[in-house]
Amino acid sequence: LNKHPIRHVLLATAATVSGVVLLLSLKSNAPLAPPEGAVGAPQSPPSASAPTAGAPDPAAPPAEGDEAPEAQGGAERTVKGETVQTNYGPVQVEITISSYGRITKASAVQAPSSSPRSKEITSTAVPQLNRQAVEAQNAEVDAVSGATFTSQGYANSLQSALDQAGG
Amino acid sequence: MGTVFSFDIRATDVPRARTAVEEAVGWLHRVDELFSTYRPQSQLRRLARGEVSEADCDPLVSEVLRLCEDAEAHSDGWFSQRYAGDLDPTGLVKGWAVERASQLLRAAGAVGACVNGGGDVQLCGHPEGRPWRAGISDPLRPGRLAAVVESAAELAVATSGTAERGCHVLDPHTGAPPKGGLASITVLAQGLTAADAWATAAFAMGADARDWLEALPEVEAFAVTADGATWHTDGFPQFSPA
Repeated sequence: LNKHPIRHVLLATAATVSGVVLLLSLKSNAPLAPPEGAVGAPQSPPSASAPTAGAPDPAAPPAEGDEAPEAQGGAERTVKGETVQTNYGPVQVEITISSYGRITKASAVQAPSSSPRSKEITSTAVPQLNRQAVEAQNAEVDAVSGATFTSQGYANSLQSALDQAGG
Repeated sequence: MGTVFSFDIRATDVPRARTAVEEAVGWLHRVDELFSTYRPQSQLRRLARGEVSEADCDPLVSEVLRLCEDAEAHSDGWFSQRYAGDLDPTGLVKGWAVERASQLLRAAGAVGACVNGGGDVQLCGHPEGRPWRAGISDPLRPGRLAAVVESAAELAVATSGTAERGCHVLDPHTGAPPKGGLASITVLAQGLTAADAWATAAFAMGADARDWLEALPEVEAFAVTADGATWHTDGFPQFSPA
């Protein structure tokens, strides 16, 4: 069976390679607060995600270290992403990774709850985001069409957790 | 409301790929500045208010407006560059922006690239030793996939539906949410500009979309109806692994 290293796992929100790019919606018709300067890739230390960009030419044998991390086996582990500030409050995502390098659980350990509105968003969005993070990668897909994650903070924190896990 | 753009690049020349990703990111920011429907000072908004003429705008604005006119003509008006009466080419502009970003990456030598703009995906090349796999999210069961498509060549996967954001497509003829019971429609085409526009148009068409999509050359589609059934065009299974 093909075990993909964690850094090849792609969630809809989280690019393995050069980071997640967040941009305010081109599709949204809702008038919302302007971006705090739409964010480029950089939430995580470049060194953590660097190796992933170097996926080899398909014809070539795997590059050094390309298949490494989870092949070591070992116990399930839990990694917390960085706390990311959003308009609604701090968001922090935690992922649990099996010994085979698969995400078995994603959860928001911090989510906005300062106002009734952010509580409402949090109570509906976070469980969905958690589930989708796991489902997307369990289906071994590179991307999901139709699933638009809308939480920047969730995506950023998730990315940093993935970077730590795969780095 | 944010849309996440993600890049998955497979490249032998990593520094070059990184530079290309930065360029692609810069490109997406530029598109956002020009076309954002909620930045009051975007060229699109200023054009819609009549403050500037098309000739005063960036040439990219004209390019997109021409693409929208083409899409309207090819869809009997089911694709519309207006949303609730206002100039709003967003049914196409995101797909166009992502397709162009993908071309930048390819030109920079990427062996494979998967660019996902808020659920609309442009694939080119492939990862090592396997095709790209893109899931189609199930609009009725959040977190589940309704289907998976595979491709080792240029392929765009665009989905339009009610699932994630509420209804953002209106019937241009009536101004109301579409009838005909589609929960989501996914369109496959070579490029995401077309796939995005056809998905938008098809969702507005509702049930009639099936025949229309079947007749479009080099386009395949997969739909989930509001009652949970699915249908697809004749050629769709060749992209869908058993």
